[in-house]
This record gives sequence, C-alpha cells and structure tokens, in this order.
Amino acid sequence: MKGRGFSRAVEDTNKNGALAPEALTKHMDEQYKTVDAQQAPVIEPGYTFATVTEKISAIVLTRPASNGWFVGFGIAFLMTMMMLYAIGFLFLKGVGIWGVTIPIGWGFAIVNFVWWIGIGHAGTLISAILLLLRQSWRNSINRFAEAMTLFAVACAGIFPAIHVGRPWLAYWLFPYPNTMKVWPQFRSPLIWDVFAVSTYATVSAMFWFIGLIPDLATLRDRATNPAARLIYGALSMGWRGSARHWHRYETAYLLLAGLATPLVLSVHTVVSFDFAVGIVPGWHTTIFPPYFVAGAIYSGFAMVLMLAIPIRKIYGLEDFITERHLQNSAKVMLATGLIVAYGYGVEAFMSWYSGDRYDAFTIWNRLHGPYAPWYYSLLACNIFIPQVLWIRKLRTSPVALFMISGVILVGMWLERFIIVVVSLHRDFLTSSWGMYYPTRWDWMTYIGTIGMFLAAMFLFLRLLPSISIFEMRTLLPEAEVKE
Amino acid sequence: MAKRDPIYGMMAEFDTPQALIDAARKTHEAGYQKLDAYSPFPVEGLAEEIGFHHDEVPLVVLIGGIIGGCGGYLMQWWMSAVDYPLNIGGKPPHSWPAFIIITFEMTILFAAISAVFGMLALNGLPMPYHPVFNVPRFAMASKDRFFLIVFSSDPKYNPPITRAFLEGLSAVSISEVPS
Repeated sequence: MKGRGFSRAVEDTNKNGALAPEALTKHMDEQYKTVDAQQAPVIEPGYTFATVTEKISAIVLTRPASNGWFVGFGIAFLMTMMMLYAIGFLFLKGVGIWGVTIPIGWGFAIVNFVWWIGIGHAGTLISAILLLLRQSWRNSINRFAEAMTLFAVACAGIFPAIHVGRPWLAYWLFPYPNTMKVWPQFRSPLIWDVFAVSTYATVSAMFWFIGLIPDLATLRDRATNPAARLIYGALSMGWRGSARHWHRYETAYLLLAGLATPLVLSVHTVVSFDFAVGIVPGWHTTIFPPYFVAGAIYSGFAMVLMLAIPIRKIYGLEDFITERHLQNSAKVMLATGLIVAYGYGVEAFMSWYSGDRYDAFTIWNRLHGPYAPWYYSLLACNIFIPQVLWIRKLRTSPVALFMISGVILVGMWLERFIIVVVSLHRDFLTSSWGMYYPTRWDWMTYIGTIGMFLAAMFLFLRLLPSISIFEMRTLLPEAEVKE
Repeated sequence: MAKRDPIYGMMAEFDTPQALIDAARKTHEAGYQKLDAYSPFPVEGLAEEIGFHHDEVPLVVLIGGIIGGCGGYLMQWWMSAVDYPLNIGGKPPHSWPAFIIITFEMTILFAAISAVFGMLALNGLPMPYHPVFNVPRFAMASKDRFFLIVFSSDPKYNPPITRAFLEGLSAVSISEVPS
C-alpha cells in the first residue's frame, strides 16, 4: 500500500516535469515489493486454527520432557536451593553477613531489586501498551513475556523483604490495625514503593491469568490424562467461548491494558523516587523517572530476547516467533538504549551546569574513583556495544542478538550498582567515605534468584501454553469476517 | 432455570467464523431470541448478531476505580492527619501532594480487580457444569469449530422445525443438547 502511494506521488510530479518514465514508477513498485517481502511475517503462512492449536498445546500435553529440560531445570533448582540456604543463614545471623556497612547501607539487595523489577517491565509493555497500539506481532510473545514479568517481580520482591533487617516483621510495611496504633509514613517514597510494586505484582498476575483462561479451556478439551483434565478444567473455570463471554472478556482485557499502561510507567518512576527524593549527590535529579522507565524497558526486552531465542529454537517455534519479532525487539532496545544514553548525558551535564561541587565530584568520582572500571564497563555495555543493532544483519541474527542482550543485562545491572553504591560510598563528608565489598552471601542470593527465575520459566514452559493460542488464531487469514 | 427442561437446546456446528456469523444473523432475523454462539477466539460483531448489546464491564470498572481512588486518599488522610498525626520534618500531617501516588496506585488496583472479578461474575464463571459440554463435538469449540445454539426456552423453539431451519444454514452437524 505504501509503495502504491509513493509511486502515485512520483507519477504526479512527472506530469509537470519532462521526465516521466513509466519504467521508474514500475521500478519503484518492484523495489517496494521486495522490501515488503523482506519484512518477515508475524506468523509463517500455511497454518490453520487446528495446526496452531496442535503445535502450541503439544509442547504441554504430548511432548515428553527432554533430558536437556531435566538438566536445565535441575541446575536452576539447585541455584534456588542455594538462594534459600543464603537467605536461611541471613535469617540466622542478620544482615551483617552481607557487605553492607555505613556509608553503603544499600548494597546488592537494592541493586538486584531495581534490576529485577526493571526486567519485569517488558512483559507489561508488550502485553498492554502494544495491545493498545494494535501491534499484533505482540500476540506470539506476550504470554511468556508476562510470565517473565511475574517471575521477575517475584525475584524482586524477595530483596526489600530480606533487606529490612528483621524480615519476619516485613508486613509492618502495610497499613494494618496494630497494637502499637501507628500507621506507615505516607510521605516517604519507600511506602509509595510498597504500594506501587504490590499493585504491579497483583495486576500483572491477574492480567496473565485472564489471558490464560481460554487457552486453559483448550488444554482441558485436549488433555487425555484425567488429572490434567481436572486441573486445567478447574483453572479454566468452565470457559466455553460464548459470544457474550468473549465480548465482556475483550472489554475487560482492553480496560486492564489501559490500566496497566500508566501503572507500568508509574512503577519504575516510583522506584526512581526512592533515590531522587533523597539528597545524596548522584540520586537527587529529576531525570531519574523517565530514564529509569526507559532503562527498565531496555533490560526487559533484553531478557525477552534471551528467553525467546532459545525457546523458539528448542521447541521449533520459529514459525510463530519470527525474524520480525527479533527485529522489532531489537529496535525497541535500540530506542530505549538511546534514551538511557541521553539520561547519562543529562546527569553529566547537570553536575557541571548546576555548579554544585558535590554533584560535580560524583561524576569525577565515577570516572576516576575506585569504581571507575565499573563505570566504563557500564558505558560499554549500555551505550557503545548495543549500537551494533543499527546493522540489520545483527538485528536478524539470533546468536548475535542473544549475546547483545546478555551484554545489556550486565550493563543494566552495573548501572544500578553505580547508582546505589558509587553515589553512597563518597558523599558530603570525606571522613565518612567507605568502600563496598559484596560477600559470598550477597552473590549466592543474587545468583540464586536467577536460578529461581529460570526454574519458574522451565516449569511454565512445560505446564502452560507459552504462546497465547487464541490470540494466534485471530492472526490467521481464515479468522477474518465480513459484516 | 426455574423448570428444568430435559432438553437444553439445539446446537449447530460450523467450520468457519464467517459461516457462524451469517448463521447467527439469519437465526436472529428469523425471530429466535434466545441464542448463543461459541467460538475458539473472539469474533468481531458476533455478540451483536445474537442480540447482546449491554456490556456492563466498563461501569463496574469505573465504580471500582472511584472506590479505590477515594478509599486510597481517605485512608492516608485519616491515618496521617486524624488517627495518629506524626510530625515528620515539620511537614503538615495532611500533605496531599505526597498522597497522590498511593491514591493513583489504589485506583488502578481496585479498577483492575473490578475488571477481572466483574467480568467473571457477569459471565457467571466459574461454572463447573454446563449442558453444552454434553455434546461430544463441543470439545472442538476450543480448537477450530464454531457453534450456534437455540435454547429450548425460546418461544419459537420447536425441535423438528428448529432442526430443519439450522440444517438450512449449511451447518456441518446438528445435535440436540440434553440439560
């Protein structure tokens, strides 16, 4: 369509000018045709309602678990156990086993919390914002991106709870009637964060579950194992696909997307307030909310690609998660990566322009202080290396994308490390400067949450349809109806 | 279901969404009032064809959102300014700008909960038993088949005539649904 419009414009100009070679228009048309053909489809041709259903549900219902799955899940499970061991020891001994000391009271726990919650953002962006923008390519990746969100938020939620010093009293964060007769301090960003993150976790879980109901009904109708029929049947709540039900369902789904959109933008904004409302140089800046949100989407898409690339390969889903999805995700990373780069630029500019010597020192300290290698690695991982995504060949190469996504995830972790630790370790008083050295318990907890995340993903792939079956059906040409 | 009819309705099966939507329109135009249609994915315009026009989900969500927002703000005001005012950094107990974020989050939370539970309640879910599942072929309604049912409670319902009418709509199969 775009090609036709353009060639018509060419024809019009040719009416006035002398050179009106029809060959030119034809050539243009052909060029556009080849561009259209180069644009990979969202779903490869030749599928029907039955084959789409068959292919996705077979992963759950009929395909036996491979040795690779057991090995992968086994490793992830052991990592989860390591996390539980580290947390158990923490409960026994207290936060002294960690590397946190004054002046760095926020160590790995907060770094990891912000990193994980950021990763979660891509799921809601894909499922809600791209739904509102009618980006139908989202239909094949929204389900597992939402699952990824849930598991990432679960990992994130662990950290503030175990960081409070007396984790068994973590429920004090919520306003509940108690014998002390006090209430939380609602003027503090930390309590805003409790509300933002718990709302986000609740809404993401509901959004995910609602999306699953019609597919659970498909699994119920297709399962042969009576126990599986019973479980999927109970979870699908008797869904029968009535036109009235679908109508209310779509309304509710659209409204949830509309509600989740401002919510997802608010969550990382509120997380950034935890820093920006404080007076520590390196934290106290108004660029934080947008730059945190962009960074969250950046790392989230990197995680989506790191999961999607092996999943499509192992389960033979290249027809559903096509080159188009990889390219589009790469473009989102490129765009949000540039916003993040702008954020770094503004931070540096403001520290000079504000004339505040403490702010200026923060930037100097990042570039020349004891953590300088970390800052340069951060710039390499988040700004310089991802620029190779401008090259089309790398955007469409799964191996290259997988590696670049890994680099971005490392870079985004380093960014939070720089913000939390490097800002705290040298602030106003030279007499209270210090260094932060993470202990083995810090590392065990952090690596353990990656294991927990992966273990949950492994289980999800085998127990629930990892691509939304009913939304894939709507993408097929046979789903079109005329009024 | 005041009196339980042994027959729940007459069900016709179609193999494309277009066939279902055409059949639904013709059945509704033929004067049948109590209809339902089943499809493996949402078919645009199908609900209107079977005479469904009032979707109350948005209203439920609006009410939920208003309750959440007002409740969230009043909670913070009452806890910080009425029940136990604390002087923190000399800020006023009723510092409304600081209360906006939690008010916003509570609005979203309550609206989302209302959307989910409102949709399920209006749809009458969860419903462990439903007569349509008595038709063995209905298992394909969640895969690639499309079904139309005329309920036996419809005043025009007459087994042989309704069956003949549905057969005239080029249905793939027709079955009587026991309650």
